Amino acid sequence: MEIDLTTLAAGLAIGLGALGPGIGVGLLVSGAMQAIGRNPDATPQIQTNMILGIVFAEAIAIYALVVALIIKFV
Amino acid sequence: MEVMQDVMDDVMGGEEGCMSGCITRTGCLFIIILIAVLAFLATKFPVALPEIALPAEPILTLPFAGFSVTNTLLATWLTMLILIVGSFAVTRNLKLVPSGLQNLVEWGLEVLLDLVESVSGRRGRQFFPLVATIFIFLLVSNWMGILPGFASVGLIHEAHQGGYQVQQVSILGLDIGLLQAEEVGEHETGWTVFSFLRSAATDLNTPIALALISVFMTQVVGVQAQGVRYFTKFVNLRGPMGPIGMIVGLLETISEFAKIVSFSFRLFGNVFAGEVLLAVMAFIVPYLVSIPFLGLEIFVGFMQAFVFAFLTLIFMHMATMGHEPEGEE
Repeated sequence: MEIDLTTLAAGLAIGLGALGPGIGVGLLVSGAMQAIGRNPDATPQIQTNMILGIVFAEAIAIYALVVALIIKFV
Repeated sequence: MEVMQDVMDDVMGGEEGCMSGCITRTGCLFIIILIAVLAFLATKFPVALPEIALPAEPILTLPFAGFSVTNTLLATWLTMLILIVGSFAVTRNLKLVPSGLQNLVEWGLEVLLDLVESVSGRRGRQFFPLVATIFIFLLVSNWMGILPGFASVGLIHEAHQGGYQVQQVSILGLDIGLLQAEEVGEHETGWTVFSFLRSAATDLNTPIALALISVFMTQVVGVQAQGVRYFTKFVNLRGPMGPIGMIVGLLETISEFAKIVSFSFRLFGNVFAGEVLLAVMAFIVPYLVSIPFLGLEIFVGFMQAFVFAFLTLIFMHMATMGHEPEGEE
């Protein structure tokens, strides 16, 4: 089996880069779910802020994706 | 924040209507037949994977100054045209009691204005024009980018590597080449499409331009609010802590530049990744599997426009406030 090293690098870049944001999004959602469980009336605000937080955590995975795309396609 | 809730409901919470529609027997049958037909079409007419390129493709090169008009620039102009024509159409005959389009636009702007004022209070009206412009421009350009015709209609060029076969068709006297999904052999020339239009934010230049405007205006707003005292945030010699103030100022200066990078890469990465995702999904399983991802792209396009505009707002709001040690997070 032959594999191009750039392909491997792109895979590693996004794979390792998605680890941290994955943990971050998990923590965010778990916190938000607990908060909603304790105070269901505040669901809309908690949900909105949760989505906003997820977007920021996800942005880091997107940086890794950009790096992977640059490695692969440039 | 309610806008976001509404759109989230539209994007995520729409299952109820579908469930009641799909549960009937004829509905089920119809969907199964549709899937079978689409699966048959997918094997018969596979979809070509477009060449994924980071820089925008030039469409026409102007003879002077070596300036070439790229497809993302065309999409940006189209967005601007839509916004200009749209705003003229809305404000052409304003009525005291609005109806129709005017009513819709007034509602949207009111929701935005409420949101802005809830973040920055009485200064909200000062920030509103820039923040709302960024939001509306990005929303229109992001949502326009997933319309059919973007990234699929364009000039046919020789591919650098790989590429696809082309079938010549003549419709109404125009020669049109249809890109076939069969890959070419080793020594034939392959072809690829430089599309006429490509979502504006998939070119790094657009997000960087917006980020520069946003960060520059943040400094302007800061100086307007605090005068020369604003710059003590960056160079602080007379502070009570002496050299520590210098280091904090250095960090603040770096963080201004980091803002440009994070603004532009967040927007560019999300939109570009969305385009690649749609192209790859349409290539792997044609026609059907792309549909939920189109919904995802609508949501992402909205979220990125929202995040860009409201981070600008929050940074501006922070710049207007003084530099108290306990005020910093």
